[in-house]
Amino acid sequence: MRAQFVLSEIGVGLRRNLTMTFAVIVSVALSLALFGGALLMREQVSTMKDYWYDKVNVSIYLCNKADAATAGKCPKGAVTGQQKEQIQADLEKMDIVETVHYETSDEAYKHYKEQYGDTALASVVTPDQMPSSFRVKLKDPEKYQVVATAFAGRDGVESVQDQRNILQNLFDLMNGMNIAALGVMGLMLVIALMLIVNTVRVSAFSRRRETGIMRLVGASSFYIQMPFIMEAAFAGLLGGGVACVLLLVGRYFLIDHGIALADKVQLIQFIGWDAVFAKLPLVIAIGLLMPALAALVALRKYLKV
Amino acid sequence: MIRFDNVSKSYPKQNRPALRDVSLEVEKGEFVFLVGSSGSGKSTFLRLLLREERASQGQVHVLGKDLARLSNWKVPHMRRQLGTVFQDFRLLPNKTVAQNVAFAQEVIGKPRGEIRKAVPQVLDLVGLGGKEDRMPGELSGGEQQRVAIARAFVNRPMLLIADEPTGNLDPQTSVGIMKLLDRINRTGTTVVMATHDQNIVDQMRKRVIELEKGRLVRDQARGVYGYQH
Repeated sequence: MRAQFVLSEIGVGLRRNLTMTFAVIVSVALSLALFGGALLMREQVSTMKDYWYDKVNVSIYLCNKADAATAGKCPKGAVTGQQKEQIQADLEKMDIVETVHYETSDEAYKHYKEQYGDTALASVVTPDQMPSSFRVKLKDPEKYQVVATAFAGRDGVESVQDQRNILQNLFDLMNGMNIAALGVMGLMLVIALMLIVNTVRVSAFSRRRETGIMRLVGASSFYIQMPFIMEAAFAGLLGGGVACVLLLVGRYFLIDHGIALADKVQLIQFIGWDAVFAKLPLVIAIGLLMPALAALVALRKYLKV
Repeated sequence: MIRFDNVSKSYPKQNRPALRDVSLEVEKGEFVFLVGSSGSGKSTFLRLLLREERASQGQVHVLGKDLARLSNWKVPHMRRQLGTVFQDFRLLPNKTVAQNVAFAQEVIGKPRGEIRKAVPQVLDLVGLGGKEDRMPGELSGGEQQRVAIARAFVNRPMLLIADEPTGNLDPQTSVGIMKLLDRINRTGTTVVMATHDQNIVDQMRKRVIELEKGRLVRDQARGVYGYQH
């Protein structure tokens, strides 16, 4: 009986205020879609980090004859066999180093050829000009600085390079987009909350006769406030549902079809459907609870109980 | 039933208190008229009974409870034992007579079977048998007030508070309403009625409490309305 009574009251309330309800649904949907999108973007960045950091090394480039002749970096001339052995031994002694791989100039030349093929630039490069290097894999990629300070400037070392620097720019860009998305989300959220507060106010005003009588005959404040909170929660739930659909459609068109990033950018491992589905319950829960909470706060102000 | 001990009530931004040092007692089953000119404190008195307001000083006891010490969440339960009737009826225009009365039971969670039984009963009592499905707009003022009384009485309150229930009605209709309130009083329900209606007070010969500028100036058993009012 109670449930039926409350449900019919909610229906009446939502229909009376249809445009406002619609506005609430749309703003909740947009803010939650941005929220979910930001979460997924963060996850994308972290999968990419895992994927790429696994593959990247710290490279210690050694001086070759060409360097010794031209640049000021290698004043002591090309690296000697003894220096090379010493560097390798020191690297292997370090705790943070996982593996060390020595790449000769010939191997470097081969990789270079593979990468640039028969371009004009590739044809003038000789194996002599390519530096030999130690490719060092660290247990913790963040510890790059330790290696850099230990080996930079040492005799026979031309430079120490962290390949992560190249990726960092990409990650910075994605993080920037993430922050922007969160910013827009915050704005939309404020709009959504203000709309909910206003909806509750209008609703409380148009039902003031009923609530006044309810108060007088001794209805509990929970019973009086319930329809308003349920109204807001229901609208929020619809908004959350729309946000979920937007997220799913978004992934579908961005990655698999439509824009189809998965086909175009094969170097990147994209997040899967499971990651998207994992976010949906959270989006729904926030869509349900946040408007209900906003309504409760608004009722404290606009409804005397 | 009701006890006021040295009750004062002042509202913020008003120099003169609405009630000043009022002490009185109303026994169970009494019928009490509350008279006094506008601004004498009648409404404040009733609002204190309903705990819409709290006394600034002194203690208000209703139904054996000290209202100052009654926590907010218990107030609804206290109000379920009170019935209230107003000058402007306060009916819901989009509900039928029966639905208006049933509303008072639905919102406090009474079972449907009980409501189905109680509503026709109370409508018979107030003389509206057969008009269950009319809308309030189709009824005369007197009939609308009977619906309001039915709604106030359907939960069988211990105390009925009426704020100028005949204020919008012609004298003849008023007499009918007073007979109804008297009948409700005879079932054992205490009635407190604020009024300006001299004829009614003089005819009924019940206890009269008169307020003037917030002070209790007269408390008279079997009294009349007054002299110069």
